[in-house]
Amino acid sequence: MRIPVKEIALPVLAIAAALGIFGVLVWFACVSPVDVWVTLFKGAFGDWFSWQNTLQRAAPLMLTALCVALPARAGLVIIGGEGALVLGGLACAALPYLMPLPDNFIGTVLVCIAGAIAGGLWIMLAGWLRQFRGINETISSLLLAYIAIGIFKHLVEGLLRDPASLNKPSTLSLSEGIRIGGIAGTDVHWGLVLGIVACLGLGLWLRSTASGFSIRVVGGNPRTAQLVGLPANKLILAACGLGGGCAGLAGAVEVAAVHTNANASLIAAYGYAGILVSFIARHNPIAVIPVAILFGGFGAAGSLLQRRLGLPDASVLVLQGIAFVLILASEALRNTDLKALAAKWMTPRARSAMPSTLGKGAQP
Amino acid sequence: MTADQWIALAAGIGGGALRVGVPFLFVSLGECLTEKSGRINLGLEGVLVLSAMAAFGGSYLTGSPWAGVLIGACVGALLAALHGVLCSLDGVNDVATGIALMLLGTGLAFYFGKALIQPQAEQIPSIPLGNWSDNPVVRAALQVNALLPVGIALAIFMWWGFAHTRAGLLVRMAGDSANATRALGYSVSGIRIASTAAGGFIAGLGGASLTLFYPGSWNEGISSGQGLIAVALVIFARWSPLRCVGAALLFGGAGAIGPALQSIGVGWGYHLFNTVPYVLTLLILVITCKPGTVVVGSPGELSSTR
Repeated sequence: MRIPVKEIALPVLAIAAALGIFGVLVWFACVSPVDVWVTLFKGAFGDWFSWQNTLQRAAPLMLTALCVALPARAGLVIIGGEGALVLGGLACAALPYLMPLPDNFIGTVLVCIAGAIAGGLWIMLAGWLRQFRGINETISSLLLAYIAIGIFKHLVEGLLRDPASLNKPSTLSLSEGIRIGGIAGTDVHWGLVLGIVACLGLGLWLRSTASGFSIRVVGGNPRTAQLVGLPANKLILAACGLGGGCAGLAGAVEVAAVHTNANASLIAAYGYAGILVSFIARHNPIAVIPVAILFGGFGAAGSLLQRRLGLPDASVLVLQGIAFVLILASEALRNTDLKALAAKWMTPRARSAMPSTLGKGAQP
Repeated sequence: MTADQWIALAAGIGGGALRVGVPFLFVSLGECLTEKSGRINLGLEGVLVLSAMAAFGGSYLTGSPWAGVLIGACVGALLAALHGVLCSLDGVNDVATGIALMLLGTGLAFYFGKALIQPQAEQIPSIPLGNWSDNPVVRAALQVNALLPVGIALAIFMWWGFAHTRAGLLVRMAGDSANATRALGYSVSGIRIASTAAGGFIAGLGGASLTLFYPGSWNEGISSGQGLIAVALVIFARWSPLRCVGAALLFGGAGAIGPALQSIGVGWGYHLFNTVPYVLTLLILVITCKPGTVVVGSPGELSSTR
């Protein structure tokens, strides 16, 4: 397992450049860029309080990123993680309506499983539509996400609505024993552990098991997969189901640990942010962990920027946008031989010596 | 239900189609142009929100709604051009870039738009099409956005242009076969960047009609995903600008069913009716797609249909 320097250097440089551009932007708003950088760092990773805030946001990002990463390894671009997350949260909140749950750890496990199943089935539907109906999964998963949000709002404001929730329609709160608490009395809930375990487990599964390898073959070279007789349909559905299950689990954890009931705050675009986390981690489940923590940190720093420096709360969204754009653009440099490029710049006469690309197209 | 209620319902849905359909029309025309050149732009959501903010700000500062519309469209073109340039780089994924630009566009819009939440800006004039009717509900419903005829004219022009002009042919060629384009000595990236930027300009008009006509003010929830769903609309319209008009009105009308029912006292299923367009698109895909084949009428180079 070799990690080339470039693998780390490119995103780090891109983030540094994004911070630079963001500094120029806030400089126009008459705020010192240095103050902004210091505040950003403090708000995200400065003390234990910021770390708690960061990790709390990183947990759902890890799980929704897996909803993109796993299907991507099987060759599918799924962008509907938001739908799986929302339905996962809904299933988690709805389960106590359907059956009496033990008010303890077992109840928690049951609602989480319900969420994971709901999310998994939803993304499997997108995979099924692709394999058996020939519908592009990017489009269908996007459509399914909107449909899921519609179903969520319909049920939360109708059938499942807690009559006591007046201004903000929500379902009945989960009972005390089912909720997911903090780890050792902190604000960081056990969802983070679930996220990390899922990333590590699925990463190892892809890397070192036969079925994980088969999925990578199906995604990397469908023709080869066909020639060696891999059951592509089953493998793709499995990847979709597992990925969707993770996103559904994210929804269930958000409900059980943060909101305590299903309401509109659940639709917070974690699904879309997960897409970017996965792309930046190059669909590697293990790399998802640090990337999710980094972007959880950006999110956590947002409110501090607003309070300390009087910047609009959207400024962190701008920073994220710039960072994402630059990191994705830096992919273009990945296959470039930087030494040859530098040599070309040093000797301007050798114009015919093109910067040699390694001839390897971008691949997940 | 009484006759009055039926009229109110029909006027609500019809008027809603005309009002809500206009932004749909422009984003779908913009996406149609982009996709015809062989690229998908999921970042139109960001373009829409940013241009909505820019148009509102432009109208507020200059006092002229048309200056606002132009500013909005130009800002939209700029952001889309960024998408076009980024996607031409080697190894950059257009789906991910689109999502990143969606984030960047909305972020920039909220960042610069903070000061614009309170004030009122000069609005685009409306064209009263309902003067033939005595019913005030019908008259109110038929106050049509002055940009609607512009959009319809643009759709007809695009339809004619794709078939009969050199530029239209080039765009279609870049979308159908990059190799053929290269063989004839044209730059595939150049054509695609230009089409993406032009598509952003058109989508910017949709953004302008959001803040300068309906709902007619700037706030952070101005777009309800119209930009993202433009991709579905274009599939629904089978990549034909003329069918985009019908699809946009249909999507607008379907989105108006919920509010129209609510206005006559039926509150049930508000959110379910909002999902009708998406269910409809999915059903059409289910009916028309076959495994192993490309959707009829789609540009051959488009990654989303292969």
